[in-house]
Amino acid sequence: MANESIDLNPKKNLWGGGVSPFNVSWGKMYMWFFLVSDAFTFSGLLIAYGTLRHKYAESWPVANEVFTHFPFVHGDMPLAFVGLMTFILIMSSVTMVLAVDAGHRMDRKGVIMWLGLTIIGGFIFLGSQAWEWSHFIHGTEAGKMLADGSILQGANLISNEYGHPLFAGFFFFITGFHGFHVFSGVVINIIIFFNAINGVYDRRGHYEQVEKTGLYWHFVDLVWVFVFTFFYLV
Amino acid sequence: MEDNKPHGHETGDIHHQFVEEHHAPSSKKLIWRVFWILLGVTIVEVGLAELNHMYHFLSKSIMNYVLIGLTIVKAYFIVAYFMHLKHEALSMRYIIILPFLLIAYLIAIALYEGSFLGTVIG
Repeated sequence: MANESIDLNPKKNLWGGGVSPFNVSWGKMYMWFFLVSDAFTFSGLLIAYGTLRHKYAESWPVANEVFTHFPFVHGDMPLAFVGLMTFILIMSSVTMVLAVDAGHRMDRKGVIMWLGLTIIGGFIFLGSQAWEWSHFIHGTEAGKMLADGSILQGANLISNEYGHPLFAGFFFFITGFHGFHVFSGVVINIIIFFNAINGVYDRRGHYEQVEKTGLYWHFVDLVWVFVFTFFYLV
Repeated sequence: MEDNKPHGHETGDIHHQFVEEHHAPSSKKLIWRVFWILLGVTIVEVGLAELNHMYHFLSKSIMNYVLIGLTIVKAYFIVAYFMHLKHEALSMRYIIILPFLLIAYLIAIALYEGSFLGTVIG
């Protein structure tokens, strides 16, 4: 089989039809094009965030001082919970690659098991994000004393006890947009999970659908890597 | 396997192409190695950010460059190995990666102009 790809003479007219110049199926190529456009959307959002953060640097909250909680543990644990969320998402990316790998081997049981674990990882991430949001919305017990003596607790789109209200707006919008991508990914994973159980891909003769969904799922992980850096680390 | 069939990308036969892209048996090892790299880099990132927050051994802006650099390292491993872009055709890699030059351009403009936000029209 290797010989066949070698005998592909590059002088043969690559764009003359009859061959795939990018050596990729149309479905995967469309997924890549969608992901590039989606990456542009996220880049636009993160750059807007960066620009305004740059502008309001003095009143911008420090993430280490905002996200210090860990579920069921009392005390100050900056970045621990979000670090765990990052770990969960990376882990679910690994189980997704293993599902794709099982698909290459036409191993239906393997695909079902790894996809199942990926779905569980996605749900744990979504639950963690809900927890994170709830903590951020409710704020600290002490809150912040305002000039008129009233206490401001938590954050919403209008006020934010931790600092500039735009921080809350960007936080809700960008992590929300990402979270919705995770949610869509979990829904698509569930659909192909049941398709795999029903033997749809065995009848089709290939598990390419798992691979295309895998591309989307890794992209969601990739976006989180950037969201994590720009919201929590820098 | 039907070894005499022409390569899948010539015939448009997705199944055959798919089987040809069959990973080497060692791909599981590679997947787990990439996982450990990603996990390690994440731990280093959190550790550096946290320690610098406590002891300020590097200036905030230098630390930010370090952290963004590590993030790009993680992005590389996810895109190259998990999304398999490293093993796509060169032309495919170019059409996916080159558009991001525009993002670099937008970052440069936005950060520069961001300093003037509100100073011109109030």
